[in-house]
Amino acid sequence: MAKAWRWFHQLGSPKFLFQKTGQWLPWIWAATLILLVVGLYYSLWASPIEVRQGQKHSVRIMYIHVPSAALSMVAYIAMAIAAIVGLVWKMKVAFAVTRSIAPVGAAMTFLALFTGSVWGKPTWGTWWEWDARMTSELLLLFLYLGFIALHASFSDRSKADKASSILAIVGVINIPIIYFSVKWWNTLHQGYSITEKGALNPAFQTPLFIMLAAMYLLFIALVLMRLRAEIILRNQKSRWVAEWALGTSAKGDKS
Amino acid sequence: MIMTLLRRELKVARRNWIGLAIPLLFFIIVVSLFPFAVSPDAPVLQQLAPGVIWVAALLSMLLSLEQFYRSDYQDGALEQLLLMSSPTMVAASKILAHWLLTGLPLVILSPLLGVLMQINHGVEHSTHTWVLMLSLVLGTPTLCLLGAVGMSLTLAASRNGLLVSILIIPLYVPVLIFGASTVTASLENMRYNGELAILGAFLLITLVFAPFASGRALKISVG
Repeated sequence: MAKAWRWFHQLGSPKFLFQKTGQWLPWIWAATLILLVVGLYYSLWASPIEVRQGQKHSVRIMYIHVPSAALSMVAYIAMAIAAIVGLVWKMKVAFAVTRSIAPVGAAMTFLALFTGSVWGKPTWGTWWEWDARMTSELLLLFLYLGFIALHASFSDRSKADKASSILAIVGVINIPIIYFSVKWWNTLHQGYSITEKGALNPAFQTPLFIMLAAMYLLFIALVLMRLRAEIILRNQKSRWVAEWALGTSAKGDKS
Repeated sequence: MIMTLLRRELKVARRNWIGLAIPLLFFIIVVSLFPFAVSPDAPVLQQLAPGVIWVAALLSMLLSLEQFYRSDYQDGALEQLLLMSSPTMVAASKILAHWLLTGLPLVILSPLLGVLMQINHGVEHSTHTWVLMLSLVLGTPTLCLLGAVGMSLTLAASRNGLLVSILIIPLYVPVLIFGASTVTASLENMRYNGELAILGAFLLITLVFAPFASGRALKISVG
């Protein structure tokens, strides 16, 4: 436990975080690419097609749709947790984390909506339906965009960080609404099929899980890259950044 | 404490009553556009009524947000208020005063809009009007509370007029859905107490969290 706390405090140091993520990133990217290649091979070629759906290959959209939709929510929760850490423990790096997650999360939300729409056309016969889950996912996109817009409209960065963090925390209320929407309202979108036993054929399961892992790693890699840029931006006046930029640092990293 | 702050708010508002009347006027005018644009037929209007009145109420609340903290922030009064009392208290009394000055008049005006939108078409009783008022009584305070959070977050931001709408409208949507569906349920002669209960639940949740969040945000904006 004590070790965990030390880690937590060390992660609060921009320099430490920058160096560590620099060491991790190549590995994360490598794992991401391997899993993406394997996952895409399985999901686009080596998995069965769904005979009950009109356009038989449309089921393959699921392998992008489900991971991006899951990530859109996980990313928001991660952003809100970082916001709480930043506001409560006054940890400045946490604000950099919220700022790095927001655009990636917004992209995931857009991807989930877009793939859902493309998948909805052949299977439900419509691009869009005002169904509870889609509507709440759309609101999630607006929350992300609102966060980005709010952060961008302050000239004082510390005020921007705090104000947008409060917004991120307030917006968390939407996450359970999205998640439970298929249970609370009987609408067009199907219910849970991953967590419920027997609802999903094992033949679809393996590629889906590989794609989930791949997309999670991709998300982490993208956020860490943004985070590193954010750390450099925020600490541009400190000496270690200057040393890093000039390549004179003894413990400089490769990337 | 709250009473003192409240009295101050009401006094300030009395001297600036035009500013408060404009959102109400907007509320009426927006609703009166629909008969021109869609159709003056009573059954059609009746069907549109819940959504139109609720959307107009929501927009009118958004418009009136502008007067929430703005002038106090600009002339420095807000800073003094925050020195005087806890931020949560300041936010809570501001919200209460704001609802009394904008939400309550909306509720009182809503029967008139019900008449304009033919909400009681084809029935002898006036249940629909009462349900409309009830849904607004439970819904508009929630809009005020959420709006206070948005407004206090954007006080120190530049170009904040539209920004507040972008931040707040996604949070307004659940209230709008259940507010309008309460009235729709009543129009279709179905039970509407479930929807009213959810509106009440929204109100209670925001009542607990919004003054606190708004207070924190005020601190950030001023500090």
